[in-house]
Amino acid sequence: MSTPNESTPVPAPTSTSGAAIAVEVTGVGRVFGGRSGAVTALDNVDLTVAAGEFVSLIGPSGCGKSTLMRLIADLDQPTSGTVTVFGKPASVARENHDYGIAFQQAGLLPWRTVQANIELPLELHGTGRAGRAERARELLALVGLSDFGGHLPSQLSGGMQQRVAIARSLAESPSLLLMDEPFGALDEMTRERLQTELLRIRAETGAAVVFVTHSIPEAVYLSDRVVVMSPRPGRVQQILTIGLGAAGDRGEGIREDVQFFDQVGAVREALHGIAPAGRGMDLR
Amino acid sequence: MTSRRPSGRTRAILTGVLGIVALMAVWELYKWLAPDGGVTVGGATVLPRASDTAMPHLWEMAERAGQPVNRSSSAVPLWRAVLEAGAFSFRVAAIGWLVGVVVGFLLAIVMQRFRTARSAVLPWVVLSQTVPLIALAPLVKGWGNKLEFGSFQWEPWMSVAVIASYLAFFPVAVGVLRGLGSPEAVHLDLMRSFGIGWWRTLWRLRLPASVPYLLPALRLAAANAVVGAVVAEVSTGLKGGLGRMIIEFSQAGSSDPAKAWAPIFGAVLVGLVAAGVVALIGLTLRRYRYAEVS
Repeated sequence: MSTPNESTPVPAPTSTSGAAIAVEVTGVGRVFGGRSGAVTALDNVDLTVAAGEFVSLIGPSGCGKSTLMRLIADLDQPTSGTVTVFGKPASVARENHDYGIAFQQAGLLPWRTVQANIELPLELHGTGRAGRAERARELLALVGLSDFGGHLPSQLSGGMQQRVAIARSLAESPSLLLMDEPFGALDEMTRERLQTELLRIRAETGAAVVFVTHSIPEAVYLSDRVVVMSPRPGRVQQILTIGLGAAGDRGEGIREDVQFFDQVGAVREALHGIAPAGRGMDLR
Repeated sequence: MTSRRPSGRTRAILTGVLGIVALMAVWELYKWLAPDGGVTVGGATVLPRASDTAMPHLWEMAERAGQPVNRSSSAVPLWRAVLEAGAFSFRVAAIGWLVGVVVGFLLAIVMQRFRTARSAVLPWVVLSQTVPLIALAPLVKGWGNKLEFGSFQWEPWMSVAVIASYLAFFPVAVGVLRGLGSPEAVHLDLMRSFGIGWWRTLWRLRLPASVPYLLPALRLAAANAVVGAVVAEVSTGLKGGLGRMIIEFSQAGSSDPAKAWAPIFGAVLVGLVAAGVVALIGLTLRRYRYAEVS
């Protein structure tokens, strides 16, 4: 973890065991069997994410960064190795609703209003009507959509839908957020605005975040650490500590900062060390 | 579903009326222009006969509908007899439709749940629709007559309802199966991340997502049920409905040609009412029709 100053928010402790570690990935491999032979998506990956830490996974297409996130979310199971979330096996953590998740597609249910979409995880886990409405109001305010609770997703722009999806992922105040290129389909302007919003939200909630991206500036801007991955088979190439200060202190101005450019350069170098440079790499 | 502008709705009604008027005009025009005996080329009729027996004038049909069914003193007007027969056929078709929808739904859910069930059942579902109704009707009637539980007695109309349901379940099974499989991967991942099982995913995600596929299936099922009921009435010889009436009246065709058309219009009416009922169901499910699939 970067050297945080005193104002780094402390996440609400939800688990007793392994209090300081949110995610622990040990010797994880994932092999997809196919007709044309087995494909090794991940090979012997080790990664530890501390509670409250923001870690980005970056790498060219096919480096297994999304696969790694899916293993942490228990949406997929490793062929070898173990994944623990707050000291528990990933499957237990999933059933305990220990994490919130957001994908590249907002994935809102089109027949539910914005508010009902945010309430969905709470509803499924038995929160009462009043409690749900109250929480939805807070979250709508947090993502700046207070006036849109009664709208249907189709009435919202892509960026607004993505904000709803982020609000939904935060509904149960998880101590871990998993995000798979949540801003990948957005235009650059919206993207930068939402990045800043995500920093603010993260500072307010103190959650640990595992963030998959293929944008170097995005990874540097948001993260405490950036995990650079290489493809075929997917491996951790290098882990860079960013050290741009606590999430709450990072403003838009940091994008113009010399330190920011240095870090962008460092990540770019680490990625270029991967031969050959994969397609789909976003070097902006 | 786009929001309907009032002008769009008026236009739709106008087009509908225009279509009917055009059809009537074509009928009368053909009758006026074509020779009574039709046109035959080398012994084969290429254009139908236009005599009064074959193609009565529209106003004759309308006039006949107002007159008594037959010469007996207790005879009701023809239009009433047709409406009563239509109501009878509609009831039987509705029961057949309901049974078909329930069966189709259950089949679709089982097929969605178990991959093996899908590969085992789906070919039979498709194959079932290739069995001719005429072959099926006597079988169903025969089996029904052997059924008896306690005070329950198999009524002849039940055979007709079963045959109607046999035609109705098919579009529902196929349509709902597609609808249940329509949620995107991201939605399924999300449900899994919420830690809910198959049943709750079915209820929260798959069923609502299947509505755009369900409604066209219900419409098809309604049309099939009406056709099935009318044809099955003929095949099983059930009295009281339109099927039997069509046969009876057409036998009196040469002496009273306009009469035979009345039950046909009755069948059209039953079909329209059935389609209307499905449209009403569609209105109650409006929220889920974010994308209509036909």
